[in-house]
Amino acid sequence: MEVERRKLRQLSPVDQPRSPDELRVRQLRARDLLRDELAGQDLERHVEERVLTTTLERAQNWARSNAMWPATFGLACCAIEMMSMVGARYDTARYGAEVFRASPRQADMLILSGRVAIKMAPVIRRIYDQMLEPKWVLAMGACSSSGGMFANYAVVQGADKFVPVDIHIPGCPPRPEALMHGILKLQRQIQGQPDLGWRQRYNAIGTEEWSRRPPAGELTPHTGDAPSVGPPGPNGGGLR
Amino acid sequence: MPDAPGLELIAQELNEGFEGAVTSTYFEHGQGALVIDPERVLDVLGWLRDTPGQEYRFLSSLHCADYMPGEPRFGVHYELLCMQRVERLGVKAAVPDPGDGELPQVDSCTNLFPTAEFHEREVYDFFGIVFRGHPDLRRILMPEDYEGWPLRRDFPIGGEPVLFTHNEVETPGWWE
Repeated sequence: MEVERRKLRQLSPVDQPRSPDELRVRQLRARDLLRDELAGQDLERHVEERVLTTTLERAQNWARSNAMWPATFGLACCAIEMMSMVGARYDTARYGAEVFRASPRQADMLILSGRVAIKMAPVIRRIYDQMLEPKWVLAMGACSSSGGMFANYAVVQGADKFVPVDIHIPGCPPRPEALMHGILKLQRQIQGQPDLGWRQRYNAIGTEEWSRRPPAGELTPHTGDAPSVGPPGPNGGGLR
Repeated sequence: MPDAPGLELIAQELNEGFEGAVTSTYFEHGQGALVIDPERVLDVLGWLRDTPGQEYRFLSSLHCADYMPGEPRFGVHYELLCMQRVERLGVKAAVPDPGDGELPQVDSCTNLFPTAEFHEREVYDFFGIVFRGHPDLRRILMPEDYEGWPLRRDFPIGGEPVLFTHNEVETPGWWE
């Protein structure tokens, strides 16, 4: 078995066709496959050349990391750099993070671009809560990372006081390259080491949306005492 | 802009009409200002707005300053503008701090100048000066549940110390 595999590997390291004839042969094989006429040795050859195997998690992480949609959300001057990152000169579309969505329901990355006033913090938290899992937060610039120059009564000293931040980007403001570097770091984190996510760091395993749903056995039938739809009770819940 | 003698004339006329309304004047950087008794704010502003020859009909700004430890502690500044002559005149109401946690009070001038409504809310928000007769005196910029008057000089400035290399020696063992 092992010998056979090695033989196969020797036979099939071909990624690029080495000659126009070989390319023609591959094209004919692909045509036969579509016509359902490919069989035997040719079929095996085709599978060896054209099929890539991986694990589901890796494929999922690859897809997630290459299509992160940021929320359209600018806080201060860093947002100017964030906007220029999307433009033609820097073109973050190359990394799949250019689709700014105006609804948090469609976004999965929140770029905190600027200082966070204490009046803004609950708003950001609500937007973060409205985003669908999996979601990531980038603290862009000194102000959202640590308060920066705004060491005063009005500004939250570090956005990680109220949302879990995945990547801190230094700079005042960071250049668009720095922001793209942060996005690349986040991509590498998602692809290679998803265990480095914030749930592990903040010891928050089990707070995902799907795990917060009560088990089926605990759902009690409606008794009529408490309205099923209406203002939230003393235990919270409902709309926040 | 009234020059220094013109300012004195305005002060004199005001004191003839309202006894003791103007306590002093100052003329600095080409701009004059009247320092007035905070109880006579409405009299002075109304006279400056309606008297022929004065007609400062536009309130371009209303703001406050905390002069602690000076006395009286607060100064509510009214910046008036006469559009016809393009003349500016400052009016400063010197408001003492009542102490004991009570808030200083001034009459609201929203009936004279409707634009003062938001200005007075801002002054209330940051300095805790209550404007009597204001239609809707609430905080305007800070959160509604905020406590304290953040631009007063005795308010803690806030923020957190950040570790840099220059103050690293002051916190030995910070890495532990």
